[in-house]
Amino acid sequence: MWHRDSDRFRLFTRRALMLGAGKGVLLTGLAARMYYLQVLESDRYQTLADENRISHRLLPPPRGLVTDRFGAPLAINRQNYHIMIVREQTPDVRRTLEILDQIIELGPDTIERVERDVERRRSFVPVTVRDNLTWDEVARVGVNAPDLPGLIIDAGRSRDYPEGPHLAHTLGYVAAVSEKELTGDPLLELPGFTIGKSGVEKVYDLALRGTAGTSQVEVNALGRVIRELEREEGDSGNTVVMTLDLDLQRYANQRLSDKESASAVVMDIHNGEVLALASHPTYDPNAFTNGISHKLWNSLINNPYAPLSNKAVNGTYAPGSTFKMCVALAGLEAGIISPHQKFFCNGHLDLGNARFHCWKRGGHGWMNMHDSIKHSCDVYYYEISQKIGIDRIAAMARKLGLGEDTGIDLPNERSGLIPTKDWKEIQLGKRWQGGETLIASIGQGYVLATPLQLCTMTARLASGKAVRPHLTRDNVTPEGVTSRQAEEFPELQVNRANLARIRDAMNGVTNELRGTGHRARISIKGMEMAGKSGTSQVRRITMRERQTTGVLDNDVLPWKYRDHALFVAFAPVENPRYACAVVVEHGGGGSSVAGPIVRDLLQKAQELQSARQGISAADLPNSASLRRDPSQTDQDEG
Amino acid sequence: MAGSRYRIGEDPDYVPIGRRLLLLNWTLVLLIAALSGIGFAMLYSAANGSLQPWAERQMVRFAIGAALMIIIAVTDIRIWLKLAYFSYFVALILLIAVEIKGDIGMGAQRWINLGFFQLQPSELMKISLVLALARYFHGLTAEDVGRITLLIPPLLMIAAPSALVLRQPDLGTTLLLIAGGGVIFWLAGVRIWKFALVLGSALAAIPIGWQFLREYQKNRVLTFLNPENDPLGAGYHITQSKIALGSGGLFGKGFMLGSQSHLNFLPEKQTDFIFTMLGEEFGLVGGMALLGLYALVITYGYVIALRCQNQFGRLVAIGVTSTFFLYVFINIAMVMGLIPVVGVPLPLVSYGGTVMMTILVSFGLLMSVSIHRDIRISRQGNDDGRS
Repeated sequence: MWHRDSDRFRLFTRRALMLGAGKGVLLTGLAARMYYLQVLESDRYQTLADENRISHRLLPPPRGLVTDRFGAPLAINRQNYHIMIVREQTPDVRRTLEILDQIIELGPDTIERVERDVERRRSFVPVTVRDNLTWDEVARVGVNAPDLPGLIIDAGRSRDYPEGPHLAHTLGYVAAVSEKELTGDPLLELPGFTIGKSGVEKVYDLALRGTAGTSQVEVNALGRVIRELEREEGDSGNTVVMTLDLDLQRYANQRLSDKESASAVVMDIHNGEVLALASHPTYDPNAFTNGISHKLWNSLINNPYAPLSNKAVNGTYAPGSTFKMCVALAGLEAGIISPHQKFFCNGHLDLGNARFHCWKRGGHGWMNMHDSIKHSCDVYYYEISQKIGIDRIAAMARKLGLGEDTGIDLPNERSGLIPTKDWKEIQLGKRWQGGETLIASIGQGYVLATPLQLCTMTARLASGKAVRPHLTRDNVTPEGVTSRQAEEFPELQVNRANLARIRDAMNGVTNELRGTGHRARISIKGMEMAGKSGTSQVRRITMRERQTTGVLDNDVLPWKYRDHALFVAFAPVENPRYACAVVVEHGGGGSSVAGPIVRDLLQKAQELQSARQGISAADLPNSASLRRDPSQTDQDEG
Repeated sequence: MAGSRYRIGEDPDYVPIGRRLLLLNWTLVLLIAALSGIGFAMLYSAANGSLQPWAERQMVRFAIGAALMIIIAVTDIRIWLKLAYFSYFVALILLIAVEIKGDIGMGAQRWINLGFFQLQPSELMKISLVLALARYFHGLTAEDVGRITLLIPPLLMIAAPSALVLRQPDLGTTLLLIAGGGVIFWLAGVRIWKFALVLGSALAAIPIGWQFLREYQKNRVLTFLNPENDPLGAGYHITQSKIALGSGGLFGKGFMLGSQSHLNFLPEKQTDFIFTMLGEEFGLVGGMALLGLYALVITYGYVIALRCQNQFGRLVAIGVTSTFFLYVFINIAMVMGLIPVVGVPLPLVSYGGTVMMTILVSFGLLMSVSIHRDIRISRQGNDDGRS
């Protein structure tokens, strides 16, 4: 019996050892797997664990400021207080909201919305109750904080335009990013982030935007933030200093405010700095920052005077008689006319079967170049334009900045139109007619220009240089702001004596008796301006109208059939410094309606300038970029 | 009957209680305490540095269980031999009872509420099955083991509780019961070809058995085969567990500093996935140390078995050691993504009273075998006939 048992034991021992060996193999397998996971693959899993644990959050940078040339704030960031509720920190959401409702008005709709939002989010996620709290409301909530568990007051930033409607068109506005504007920049996907939608805010959006900071936070599996691991503050956007003079800008807006629809530009003829750019009517860009209401938007869109449009750069008008300088200068330059050569105006000129009328029914009599501008005689231009030809006129117009973008730093600039024979063949498929040259010579027909282009043209006539307008003191690029190098605009390839003759004729318009703009002259000595009026027709005057009622007066016509009133000028006559253009849509006569506005703006610009003579360069922003303007020295001497 | 022979003082193998306590394998007790101590530390960490709600209760359970273990250890091995069939039948009846109760409408209920204690019959069965099979094979000669007719009763002894537990449904315990029973068959000397036959037919039955699995059990297997398929659903557990382990690296992130565990990316960190937490906080070094401790305990089980002079003791020793090994292997292999997720805790370390009791009771039996290793027991179950 014992030997049997020992058989059994030997078998047991053998089997047990085999089993033990099997277990040893399995345990070794576990060890090998552990080594594989924790040593060989450790880096990969380390990364995955960090991805689980660490959440990167973007910190939106403060948007750059925009100031006028003297540092006055035009676009700033305002503290925007909003109140939020955290479900898990309040015992009864509804009760807390009701108490809050008694402190600051919420209304049943808001309470209902918040309750719904709170239900949908995780219990630790704050839900916004109300936006844009006044400081008074913030204080009241703060005092009652013990009764309001789970409520947080948070300060955000929102864009604010202290000047409101005064600079709406130039500055533009910011608003929430739309689907189409997403570029993959994660900053744009942040809730509540706004970008420039028009004006300077749009053109310099990247420079103003700044770079985002990041915050690394540790989160748990539910997404709750446990702690902040690392914080890197972003860089706020660059401050953009405009060339605008806020005082002049305000004055321009005020001066246009009694017109239905008008625009004005004032610029420095030497360096192209735009001092004022006004378009009327206007709107309040602050309305866009926190989302504009449907009602307000519709009223802006449906307004016949187009308040959203910046007419100084987006509006194109037949320049009318303000175009005559181009024609006269083209004639002088081509040697086709001499300054003293006279043409007779009997009130009309016949070409083929067509009769072309002068604005003065009886005619002007014998006219030389100087008088033709001073009196704005149409027949003189009918005569000389036939000799000069449309292509020479167009070339001169382009030289003076018409028919092409001025390059102003604003979006959607219109380039107007200067017709040529080729243009008509290609665009309309028709041959150029001789009569069309006549119509073009008085700035009608196909010819179109923006107020900014007309101002640029005037600046070029006054300076003799190919000046281009711009709106910022410095070079602003997405990479940052660098001071603008003194910009030497090239000389216009025009005989200086001819230019002087044109300027002298413009002086005649305002400063000589019986000049068309005499009544709009500046009578302060040393500040006199030289200009040119334009009254451009927007309807066809039929032969029948002339014969029966005579040309209808603007007052009896509906607004949209009235003439556009235009006026361009530079000042002072001696050593010019400023150029100005004003267009009053359907305003009537150029010299009577637009002229006085130009006079007031140019006078104001000069008065402001002499008032500021005392301010030293060091007081100005970005003084490095400032330079003594040669004309300013001239002014001192003059 | 045999009972008349056990008169105190007349039993030649009688050992006084004090002597038995000295003979107790204190090194093994120390190893068990060390493993439990690691468990307390991990539960303390799992609660973010608090004895509540897990560590303290686990300590109390350990204290009770350890006392029970020593009482069992110093109890004469022959008493356990006598009680083997009885405890098996009690366990079987209780399993049937929960089955009936479950049918009445309690769903997947695995325990009986005794008022002060929730008894899991399936846990009781893990020990009782080993005891009953050990007793059965104790009574067979080497030749008897070769006779197929004599192998049918023990097969039924495994099959009955396995079927009941599978119906609960508890796949993990079923596998443990079958594997634990298989080990006794193997040690008793059942021919290898018979094992091959059973294993082969089991493999063939897999497609049929698949039909009987519950949806969640099927998902676990499918998820195991391709965890990345469903990273937010069922695969989440395995993926997060591997991330936690892997990110622990060589030395770990430090005690209470495991980000995966403490930020709740790791599920069930205090129970089934506690090894993952240890691996994350103490790295490969900590995991290997724990594995080493387990290997030592298992080796002790083998030493005890091989030094034992009676077949019952030998079979019980390897039987309970193997059950212990299976717990360890299945749990660790599961959390490392080597096998599907089955609900098997890490013995002595995972939070849970029932498993702690089962393990400590089985170690009590192992030590009883050790203390009474020199007693020879006849195949009939009484003294060997020397007297």
